[in-house]
Amino acid sequence: MRRGAARPREAGPSMPEAGAESPAPAVRADGLTRRFDSFVAVDHVTFEIPTGAIWGFLGPNGAGKSTTIRMLCGILEPSEGRASVLGYDVARDPEQIKARIGYMSQRFSLYDDLTVQENLAFYAGVYGLGRVEAHSAIAEWVARAGLQGRERELTGELSGGYRQRLAFGCAVLHRPRMVFLDEPTSGVDPVSRRSFWDLIDEFALSGITIMVTTHYMDEAEHCDTLAFIFGGRIIASGTPAEIKRRMPGALLEIRADPIERALDALRSVPDVRDVALFGRAIHVTVESGAAADRLRASLAAAGVAVEGIRPVRPSLEDAFVSLVERDIAAVPGGSRTR
Amino acid sequence: MNFGRLWAVIRKEVLHLLRDRRTLGTIITLPIMQLFLYGYLTNDVTHIPTAIFDQSKTPESRALLTAFTNTTYLDMKYFENSFDAVQRRIDGGDAKIGVLIPPDYATKLRSGRTAQVGVIVDASEPTSANVVLGLASGVGQALSTQLVVQRAGRMGVPPPPQLIDVRARAWYNPTLSNVYFIVPGVIAVVLVFITTIQAVTVIVRERERGTIEQLVVTPITGLELLLGKIIPLIGLGYLEITVTLLVASFWFGMPIKGSLLLLYALCLVFFFSTLGIGVLISTVSKTYQQAVQVAQMLLLPSILLSGFIFPRESLPYWLQLIGGLFPLTYFVVVIRGILIKGVGIEFLWKQILPLLALGLLFFGVAISRFQKRVD
Repeated sequence: MRRGAARPREAGPSMPEAGAESPAPAVRADGLTRRFDSFVAVDHVTFEIPTGAIWGFLGPNGAGKSTTIRMLCGILEPSEGRASVLGYDVARDPEQIKARIGYMSQRFSLYDDLTVQENLAFYAGVYGLGRVEAHSAIAEWVARAGLQGRERELTGELSGGYRQRLAFGCAVLHRPRMVFLDEPTSGVDPVSRRSFWDLIDEFALSGITIMVTTHYMDEAEHCDTLAFIFGGRIIASGTPAEIKRRMPGALLEIRADPIERALDALRSVPDVRDVALFGRAIHVTVESGAAADRLRASLAAAGVAVEGIRPVRPSLEDAFVSLVERDIAAVPGGSRTR
Repeated sequence: MNFGRLWAVIRKEVLHLLRDRRTLGTIITLPIMQLFLYGYLTNDVTHIPTAIFDQSKTPESRALLTAFTNTTYLDMKYFENSFDAVQRRIDGGDAKIGVLIPPDYATKLRSGRTAQVGVIVDASEPTSANVVLGLASGVGQALSTQLVVQRAGRMGVPPPPQLIDVRARAWYNPTLSNVYFIVPGVIAVVLVFITTIQAVTVIVRERERGTIEQLVVTPITGLELLLGKIIPLIGLGYLEITVTLLVASFWFGMPIKGSLLLLYALCLVFFFSTLGIGVLISTVSKTYQQAVQVAQMLLLPSILLSGFIFPRESLPYWLQLIGGLFPLTYFVVVIRGILIKGVGIEFLWKQILPLLALGLLFFGVAISRFQKRVD
């Protein structure tokens, strides 16, 4: 009898393998918290990742993304709260979790002095794949990474895009049902990023759950659900469309000359929540679109020639910037991450 | 313990070793270099340049100088005409020994009186000085005995019996060759060096590469990873001792008197202790540089205190105790015992037991510390 059977219902299904077939979520975090001495890296986060979803985890550096992933992978014990991955409790059954998940970090943990074939073979051995199984999995990933005929090349001589795909192959060679990707596309060119996301989409279609962190907002649009973590707390979550809709206030795009003087002038207008340079234009977040006339007047008073003011649909980036500002305003003393 | 995973790590580590040409080169050349360096760097004192002020210039005085020359320790190089000239030779470093024979040397000898001979030694380098001082009185003694016997013969009297006849035999190393003493020690030092530094390298490198982050989220355990890294290094250690033994025996003619099987078996115990030390060092260090520094900080005193060069008996007691903490100290005795003396377990158990204890201790602590670092 599993020790978990006596636990409350939300500790995970009593059938450990039930995750793939049943609608039970692949990941369930409940008040998950991690403290390092007095610093709270992850502060009571609660979320669920449905099986087969691509779940994006966004937030600035140091916000708690990697710490959360490390707890879910079973390599860092939670200080408080609990979480289960594929039905296994992260604190009680980390080894069960490790055998069933794939993990890839931004460092593409490949051995540069080993060949493509040798890297894959090493991870096949580490995950205990049988000879036949390993052989076919390695061949499959050599092909998927576009490295046919280059199996004997040293990994260190591959370009970023190939390295990324190979690292992904090493992480999922054992066909895990859940994959954690910690900034998998940092430092890779845009074309490779795109084809990497094609790979992830393809993967998700086969029912594999993916949790991914990223800095790139265009990548976030690929996700079914997004969660934004800031200061160790999840301050927003939902589909990309929901999050954009939920953005408080309105966004105006202003073209003006001289632009520096326009920036200064706009910052001193009381209704303005945020001013940001966006290419050659200025993006201004205001309480409502009706503020446009007041802005035009303030700019004219400052001696700035206004070429145009128009409302724009907020991007994810805009949405998150305004969410963060709202959060900082809500917490006395400002941001706790710095 | 999953042997499939262990095997995967071993295979990967062997590939790392084979790909790293520079380290591989060092591993092969370092022991050979060390052997040659120490093998020829002996403190055998021979052919010391000598300055002579012979005021006697007689067959007797020449006989004395010939006796000195015949020892091969001294070279009669500078024949001077004054005491000052001899002194200048020694001051200037041309000569290290001065021999002064007074004008009445031959006459005193012929009349049966005691003749005096002065020998000056440059003792700023004590090893040679010691040898020469002993030698000079030895030659004098031998020559006197010879003269007494000759004189007795001329006078028709039977020569007086020698009262004490000391017959010294140098066991194990009859020619008193330094090579026999040094070479087994060099092998031990090379082994401790290579195994410790390599253990540090393979563990810290995994960390610095960042690949350890990936490994901790796989099912691999700390013990599997550690053993997978250590086992190829044990193989490397055996390769190392085989190469050094071949060079020592074929080039330096060092005998292998005892059981090689016993030596190789004890090597395993020794390797576990030195590799354990290497792993421990790497768990307390943050970077590779730091780890290598700590390793060198430990290796140097362990070499000096091991009895490799300076006999342990000559060390103060507290230094002997510190030396007793290092596996090398016991292994030096073991390897010398097996190679030069040809003794077995019946004599070496006093070294083997502490070696075993240190191996278990260091490797045990290393495993537990390593587990914590990974998980």
